[in-house]
Amino acid sequence: MKAAVLVFPGSNRERDIAYALELTSGVKPALVWHADSELPAGTDLVVLPGGFSYGDYLRCGAIAARATIMDAVRRHAARGGLVLGVCNGFQILCEAGLLPGVLMRNAQLKFIARNVHLKVERSDTPFTRRYNAGAVIEVPVAHGEGNFIADAETLKRIEDEGRVLFRYCDASGAVTPAANINGATNAIAGIVSENRRVLGMMPHPENHVDPAIGPTDGRGLFESLAEALQTA
Amino acid sequence: MKARVTVTLKTGVLDPQGKAIEGALKSLGIDGIGSVRQGKVFDLEIGDMDKVAAEAAVKAACEKLLANTVVENYRIELV
Repeated sequence: MKAAVLVFPGSNRERDIAYALELTSGVKPALVWHADSELPAGTDLVVLPGGFSYGDYLRCGAIAARATIMDAVRRHAARGGLVLGVCNGFQILCEAGLLPGVLMRNAQLKFIARNVHLKVERSDTPFTRRYNAGAVIEVPVAHGEGNFIADAETLKRIEDEGRVLFRYCDASGAVTPAANINGATNAIAGIVSENRRVLGMMPHPENHVDPAIGPTDGRGLFESLAEALQTA
Repeated sequence: MKARVTVTLKTGVLDPQGKAIEGALKSLGIDGIGSVRQGKVFDLEIGDMDKVAAEAAVKAACEKLLANTVVENYRIELV
């Protein structure tokens, strides 16, 4: 694995992501500054971390989506390269047009920071191959704008193509209105691109990877990536 | 020349902030306001160019950055 973690002014989860990647793959990722125009040679995974890039000015992720490095990320994605965006990273990917839809203000207007349950919808992706389809994992969220919406046509396409990878659910795996913490359409917590190589998700799997700290349900995602890139 | 860009949410897009403002107005006892939708206003100073070019530049600014056309509409006024 040769991972590059992007750093924008206001990113604050890049070290958490780097830690999770190194813990599961044994390889330290490169931290890449937003003003760079190229990714390190041989990069096979780009990660956009959480945080508050550019202070969430204009719209969450809007300014970062137009940063210089994003042209390189677009080229990487067009080549079929793997891209993971977490939280603000998901918002940036949507603003950059690499994923459809928008993350709007949480329906109840509150910033939500707590653990949630997610249903893993499918295991046949490079991000989820170490999970079983239908598995329920517990990971934290920390966001004010995670309410996923898209127009009806886009939404139908995402659902028909099976591109929802994670949904908010309760501990038993039931997708209920009460478990849908931010009011996201169809309880969507994470979606992939058409080729299933670009994932955006609001929750933070990188914070549940180390047994010294707590639960490790997020580890599977990074192990999946490490495995996918090892056998590629 | 100056331009004013008004960005509003498209009809049907839920606006929780507008709803909260609506509730606050009600609690202030201001009657007669049916609903509130929140938007953004940008005032742009345009450099030395003719009206057609200015319009094109502001439109590009809207499409590329000022509005997210997935959920927002924009209106341009040149003054």
